Amino acid sequence: MEEANLTQPAGPAPGAPMPDLPVRSGGRAVSVGGVLRTSGTGQVPGTQNSIFDVSGLKVFYGSFQAVAETTMAIREHEITALIGPSGCGKTTVLRCFNRMNDLIESARVEGTVRYHGVDIYGDQVDPVEVRRRIGMVFQKPNPFPKSIYDNIAFGPRIAGFKGSMDDLVEESLTRAALWDEVRDKLRQSAYALSGGQQQRLCIARAIATSPDVLLMDEPCSSLDPIATLRIEELMIELKRDYSIIIVTHNMQQAARVSDRTAFFTVDVKETGMRTGRLVEFDATDVIFTRPRQKQTEDYITGRFG
Amino acid sequence: MATRAATPSTTDLVRQSIQGRRLGFGDIAFPAALLLALLLALLFLATLLVDVFVRAWDAFSGRGFSVVTSPLSLNADTAGLWQSIMGSLALTAVVAILAFPIGVGAAIYLEEYAPDNRFTRFINTNIRNLAGVPSIVYGILGFTIFVRFVRAVGAGGGVYGKNLLAGGLTLAALVLPIVIITTAEALRAVPSAIREAGFGVGATRWEVIRYHVVPYAAPGILTGTVLTLARAFGETAPLLLVGAATGFFSVGTAGFVDRVVGPYTALPVTIFSWARQPGADFRSLTAAAIVVLLVLLLTANAAAIILRNRFERKW
Amino acid sequence: MTTEAPTIDLSGSRPRLRRERRVRRLFLGAAVTSILISLLIVGSLAGEAWSFLSKVDLSSLWDMGWFPRRDMFDIKTVVTGTLLISLIAMVVATPLGLGAAIYLSEYARPRARRWLKPVLEVLAGIPSVVLGYFALTWISPNIVMRLSPHAGVFSMAAAGIGVGILVTPLVASVSEDAMRAVPHALREASYGLGAKKATTVTRVVFPAAASGIVASLILGLSRAIGETMVVAMAAGAVGGSLFQLNVFEPGQTMTAAMTALAIGSDQVAGSNNAFQSLFFLGLLLFLMTLALNLISDRFVRKVREKY
Repeated sequence: MEEANLTQPAGPAPGAPMPDLPVRSGGRAVSVGGVLRTSGTGQVPGTQNSIFDVSGLKVFYGSFQAVAETTMAIREHEITALIGPSGCGKTTVLRCFNRMNDLIESARVEGTVRYHGVDIYGDQVDPVEVRRRIGMVFQKPNPFPKSIYDNIAFGPRIAGFKGSMDDLVEESLTRAALWDEVRDKLRQSAYALSGGQQQRLCIARAIATSPDVLLMDEPCSSLDPIATLRIEELMIELKRDYSIIIVTHNMQQAARVSDRTAFFTVDVKETGMRTGRLVEFDATDVIFTRPRQKQTEDYITGRFG
Repeated sequence: MATRAATPSTTDLVRQSIQGRRLGFGDIAFPAALLLALLLALLFLATLLVDVFVRAWDAFSGRGFSVVTSPLSLNADTAGLWQSIMGSLALTAVVAILAFPIGVGAAIYLEEYAPDNRFTRFINTNIRNLAGVPSIVYGILGFTIFVRFVRAVGAGGGVYGKNLLAGGLTLAALVLPIVIITTAEALRAVPSAIREAGFGVGATRWEVIRYHVVPYAAPGILTGTVLTLARAFGETAPLLLVGAATGFFSVGTAGFVDRVVGPYTALPVTIFSWARQPGADFRSLTAAAIVVLLVLLLTANAAAIILRNRFERKW
Repeated sequence: MTTEAPTIDLSGSRPRLRRERRVRRLFLGAAVTSILISLLIVGSLAGEAWSFLSKVDLSSLWDMGWFPRRDMFDIKTVVTGTLLISLIAMVVATPLGLGAAIYLSEYARPRARRWLKPVLEVLAGIPSVVLGYFALTWISPNIVMRLSPHAGVFSMAAAGIGVGILVTPLVASVSEDAMRAVPHALREASYGLGAKKATTVTRVVFPAAASGIVASLILGLSRAIGETMVVAMAAGAVGGSLFQLNVFEPGQTMTAAMTALAIGSDQVAGSNNAFQSLFFLGLLLFLMTLALNLISDRFVRKVREKY
């Protein structure tokens, strides 16, 4: 299994737009309300700081091994995509980053996942605190059955936020490119929004607790192409302030938005047990134009999966 | 399949069997028999209601509302249901105060906290068994344990503990498994996506339960509780064992506390004791009491349904 | 590869963690209450029942009849009474309940279902004391005494029919759930093979739902055995009863015997044999219904495993 290669010289700079994707020009002023930020802003993408260091990660559900030993490093202010066929463990790996697998009773995680140097599976670590700092957006938009305002306010409130909630709600919605559409209906039900809007609301909700990482589990798979496009544009903007890890089974999407891509595959034993395995992890354009592993090449050219 | 000119072709046979088949015996008789069974059950219900209302009419037309407002008496002309109704309402209040928090709490533990191990499965089996225990056995529990308990803590009043505190404890124990089961069902109906979203934003388990799961499940929980309380309202056997008065009693001018720890009765108990009295007057009085009971139960059920419909608007 | 030195604190808020632990313990306590109640029930029954058995002359458990005041504790009288009445109840409840259930599940149009089901639920909500009154004042004169002119006002038959009506909604709702749980694919396969509806229902749906239906009948039986008020009001035999097999005569069940002891005019609470026999009967009753409920549980679990 190849190790994640961090020091290879880049081709086109990671994060540079692919030629066929219209780039939304920046220039939108975002007030950084600022009190709860924990990571620096304005860092140049592509620097070698890693926000996650995964070492020897294995995941079991009971006696079934879902993910084989994995080692990888996720860089700050980049979009890292996890791709692969069904059952390859990419969602399982994603959920390891914020200890969501804890919620599944039979799940067992081995190895270490270092976040800012601290192993989040360590003894003294409170998973609730981990999840406050590492936001998650799910496959199907799942806003709370409450108002738009309360959806956003919930996380900060229970985390003890003492400042102006109105400002925080506005800032979060603005960063999620939803503010203009909902500014007049903050007290209305979140369920009144369209699918794409709900997903942006979920992004705003995740942002509201001032995380520095956003985990996205196939965030566009239940959305139409236009809504998908908007969210992809949003992700590229968000990368300035957050580190993003996205699971997607849409290869083109991974190619469009991500800086680095990790390809997982599924090994089937004679017993029938399907275990996921990291095959290759590299800059996106390398994965998609000159992958090192044959399995990677087979997948991206559609020969399997 | 070989066919001869004289016999119908295969096509004809198939066509005949699919279309235009004459309705056979089974097609009509069977569902008719089933419908008959259903209607017979409903007919019993209708007969019961009509019979009771007709008999009750005698009492109500003769004495009007005093049937409801008078106190108990040995005399059919003056006996009324006031004490019984008040007793039943008081009992229901005690049951609600005891069984609701414990029942909801237990259900929350079983559905949201408990790991899937043998201990949890044991508790679940135990609760299901308790739900099937005959109510009179709860009466024995009440008699041996709760009455003595009430006496021991000094709340025995003048009746050695056979007051509505003991009665309420007994009915609460009876009703507790059902509250747990209906609440657990309501909690299970909450979509897991909502829990996931809550955890994802950094909420603790209690915060997810308190701010998301319970509010979502609340209509179902409340409806289930109201229906369960209605069931407790109609219980008789346990109260008989725990000392609800079957005869006449009076509290005179006793204060609130004395009333609570003193003798009491309940509407179903009064129905039972009046039904045993000889005389046509008591017959119609009993029917009147039944009408009152049924009206109260109907109100409770309707309230439960209205409650559920009002709060069901899932945002 | 540069990483920040461990500067962040992921240990969480102490008060919040403490609160979580406290809340969890509180809810666990509530759940454990159910076990406490079970223990109390068993305890309150077993202790006194044992005391009764050790004090009583065991030969009096096999006698001419159940007359506790005269130290006659013939068990077979009360158990037979219970079984006879329960049997009559099931004879009534099985066809009515299953018939209603099959009709509602397989034949009724949605509009009809919408008001038929609630009406059946109304029947389920009728308290047993009301049904006891009905058994005494209507079933007895209009059905039982017409069937057998010698029958008196009180009879096991009247009580049995009353209990049957009481149990019918239970049988109906559990077996209806069982039939609705049968996947549509099975029915469609049957129709696809050209079967008529009646055939499909009887040969495909009913057998597929068999476990659930059996569970409903066992539950109904258990309920009938534990029923008190209908029997106490309509079956007669308040002071005691001879061993009786004729259902048109008054009879005594375990539950009615217990009630009579509890409110009897000579209720001398304490440890005389007559009164303690109440606990012995209670224990018997508890064990019988427990056994039936566990068996019924087995069948319900079989249904869940299938689908």
